[in-house]
Amino acid sequence: MKKLACLIAASLLSSSALAEKVAIVGGKVFTMAEQGTLEEGTVLMTDGKVDRVIKGASAPEGYTVVDAKGKVVTPGLVGSMTSLGLVEVSSSAGVVDASTEASPITRTGAALDVSYAVNPDSSLMGITRIEGMTSAATSITYTDNLFHGQGAVITLDGDAPLLKPRAFMVVNVGADGAHEAGGTRAALWVMLENVLEEAASVSGKVSPSQEWHGLNTPADVNALKAVLNGDMPLLMEADRASDIRQIIAFKKRHSNIDVVLMHGVEAWRVADELAAADIPVILDPEYNLPGGFDQMGATLANAARLEAAGVTVAVGMDTHNIRLATQHAGNAVANGLSYEGGLASLTRAPAAILGVDDMLGSLASGKRADVVIWSGDPLEVTQVAEQVFVNGEAIEMESRQTRLRDRYLAVQEDEGKTPTHFVRP
Amino acid sequence: MKHSTSRLSLALACLFSVALTGCGTSKEEKQEQDAKVSIDPNPYPSTYTPIPGESTFITNVTVLDGVGNEIKNGMVHFADGKIVAVGESLDVPEGATVIDGAGKWVTPGIIDNHSHLGVYPSPSTHSHSDGNEITNPVTAEVWAEHSVWPQDPGFGRALAGGVTTLQVLPGSANLFGGRSVVLKNVPDRTMQDMKMPDAPYGLKMACGENPKRVYGEKGGPSTRMGNVAGYRQAWSDAQDYMRKWERYEKEYEAGDNPKAPKRDLQMETLAGVLSGDIRVHMHCYRADEMTVMMDVMKEFDYQIGTFHHAVESYKIADKLKENNVCSAMWADWWGFKMEAYDGIRENIPAVHNAGACAIVHSDSDLGIQRLNQEAAKAWSDGKRAGIDISMADAWQWLSANPAKSLGVFDKTGSLEAGKQADLVLWNGNPFSTYTKAERVYIDGGLAYSLEDKSSWPVSDFELGQVGEGDAK
Repeated sequence: MKKLACLIAASLLSSSALAEKVAIVGGKVFTMAEQGTLEEGTVLMTDGKVDRVIKGASAPEGYTVVDAKGKVVTPGLVGSMTSLGLVEVSSSAGVVDASTEASPITRTGAALDVSYAVNPDSSLMGITRIEGMTSAATSITYTDNLFHGQGAVITLDGDAPLLKPRAFMVVNVGADGAHEAGGTRAALWVMLENVLEEAASVSGKVSPSQEWHGLNTPADVNALKAVLNGDMPLLMEADRASDIRQIIAFKKRHSNIDVVLMHGVEAWRVADELAAADIPVILDPEYNLPGGFDQMGATLANAARLEAAGVTVAVGMDTHNIRLATQHAGNAVANGLSYEGGLASLTRAPAAILGVDDMLGSLASGKRADVVIWSGDPLEVTQVAEQVFVNGEAIEMESRQTRLRDRYLAVQEDEGKTPTHFVRP
Repeated sequence: MKHSTSRLSLALACLFSVALTGCGTSKEEKQEQDAKVSIDPNPYPSTYTPIPGESTFITNVTVLDGVGNEIKNGMVHFADGKIVAVGESLDVPEGATVIDGAGKWVTPGIIDNHSHLGVYPSPSTHSHSDGNEITNPVTAEVWAEHSVWPQDPGFGRALAGGVTTLQVLPGSANLFGGRSVVLKNVPDRTMQDMKMPDAPYGLKMACGENPKRVYGEKGGPSTRMGNVAGYRQAWSDAQDYMRKWERYEKEYEAGDNPKAPKRDLQMETLAGVLSGDIRVHMHCYRADEMTVMMDVMKEFDYQIGTFHHAVESYKIADKLKENNVCSAMWADWWGFKMEAYDGIRENIPAVHNAGACAIVHSDSDLGIQRLNQEAAKAWSDGKRAGIDISMADAWQWLSANPAKSLGVFDKTGSLEAGKQADLVLWNGNPFSTYTKAERVYIDGGLAYSLEDKSSWPVSDFELGQVGEGDAK
């Protein structure tokens, strides 16, 4: 299959300069859009965009045809929350742009902006994209500040990774957030309210040279403006039901703010209220242990119960292994989430939550042509992405890991006769 | 040579219930011997009692017997805690409970040879952090069983994932982290209530980044060469310690009345390895480091049983086979530190394919709940890379090989007549995301039943709290 994928890639690469019109023909297509699921469908792509999806297994003239009969076709998956491009090796290996300590530019963390920090050459990009994930939210994960700064939505292929810089802001309002705010939620929420009130009280931009004595720095204030007017979703991390109720109350106080719940181990306990307040949830559905007193209600049924109440659920919180989000969603399905909901949690839902559903997360006219051909059910651990298209082009299905694999398969065949550094399969 | 009763020997007498005789003999007389000092190898004995079971006969079921055979439409009979028979056509035994296994699969229970349940339990508060004795790079004297908190809810979650036996290890901060303990996964009041009878002890060792990171600014080791010097000095000390006891034994056997060497708990564990009673479980990622460790092993004449994590085993699978060392691996974890940077998805099948012993391990309170899926990923990734292994062979990664690694394969780890009836009835093909353990039997007793909510285990910690008895 690897060889076939390479052939497809080669034929597409050679013809891409001419036509840029590609048809993925005859697969079972999950559009994740109004068209729903086509048992046999064809995805037409032109110049990096989806033209349209049609029934049947034939393409109009002028398209380079890629056969997907017997396969499953989905939109490229969207990583809900990662630090892709910000970290190569997490521990003891140099700068990790996903963590920060005190910086003079910020007092509340809001000013931090990862759009300057993304490295598209990171090995994680190739390792992740060949498994069907074509874009992701990326953010700082460790900080002493109130906010984790402004995250970005990135594509996992190409030298210009930013699809949407300054796409969202993250704040932890659970135990970790309380810890950073002085050890108690009693400080955390007062701090959050005051910080936002301060930003709201300033009209226009604060210039860096203007005299300023605030909880925020001027750069923080300017960043928070987008949160306050609802242009930048605020991803609020919490697990405990009572903390989630605080988030719901916060949303009522700040109806302009686009609030998203993140992690939400006990979210199922307030599912109806979350649905009523129109707050979606990004979660790890496999988390079922009381890792702390904020997680006593942890259950594998979290995603399913939220879905049943009408809450939008996105799955996928990791970095090096965000590629396993398919398995996580599959386990959510094994524990009651609908199959459609499982696929949506990796595509349509994160795109909508991150405010990029105009380009990502579904296969419909005008959407970015990020498409995956799977060997079978994407949520099944024994199935894989066979060919991934990013922006309408078939990517090379290779990564640093497949290169290591191929080298050592060759070393084994060679019985170690050639020093390994000279084995270049 | 006049014998006097020292405080030490009194203490030893007390500790080992060894009666002292012949005190106060005079110089001239033929010296009388004190009672020989011997060390109780099992001072914390198991009090495990299996859940009572009944004679059970599963029919129409797909069987993976754990030693490489798949039987479609198979039958499994177990009674009195033991596997009685496995085959294609068995007579229904009289009085047996018959279970129709149509569409279902039976496998040996999963054995996780790398867990920290109980020593790093949930909730993961500092008060519960009992897995790493970070006070010295050599702490071979500590025993994980003295840290195990049996109320860790993780045991019950692992049970629902089909785990019937697990090894709880100390952490990897130290060169020598201490002894491990093997538990039967029937959560109960005490560690001893769960301790697997007659399972050998293991010794946790660690290569690479962890010890040098933890001790780099605490007096060392701060480098990999420092690590190796640490192992070598400790083994050398252990050899010296063994010689002292050998001399004592020899002199005693010769009729003398030698003074027993002072007990050194650290040296006792290391000596247990050198004499072959304690199995080495060594946290080691990099191929080059594992190879150095196999030379250290030869230098001091001991056996490394298993490299744990071993993300680069695929680079030296031939050497691992040659040296008879198992690799306990994840399917796809990588990159969280430099020594995990070269992880590949085909590690497990590549090791298997080279004829070396491959094991799927968890090192995780979440991963331990789905080890069948970890094996499934490795199996299918191998297949796509041209390494075609049957599911029946692949199941050895989950039961037989970890049982061998722990030294309990004569007791469990396969569905062979006479073995402990540790087995899982899956509600479908266990190489699938959607399949769950429907029934888990340990020593023939039904420890978990998916359909019977009232039977699900609830730890003291979760009793009376939000979520008690909920679907987990």
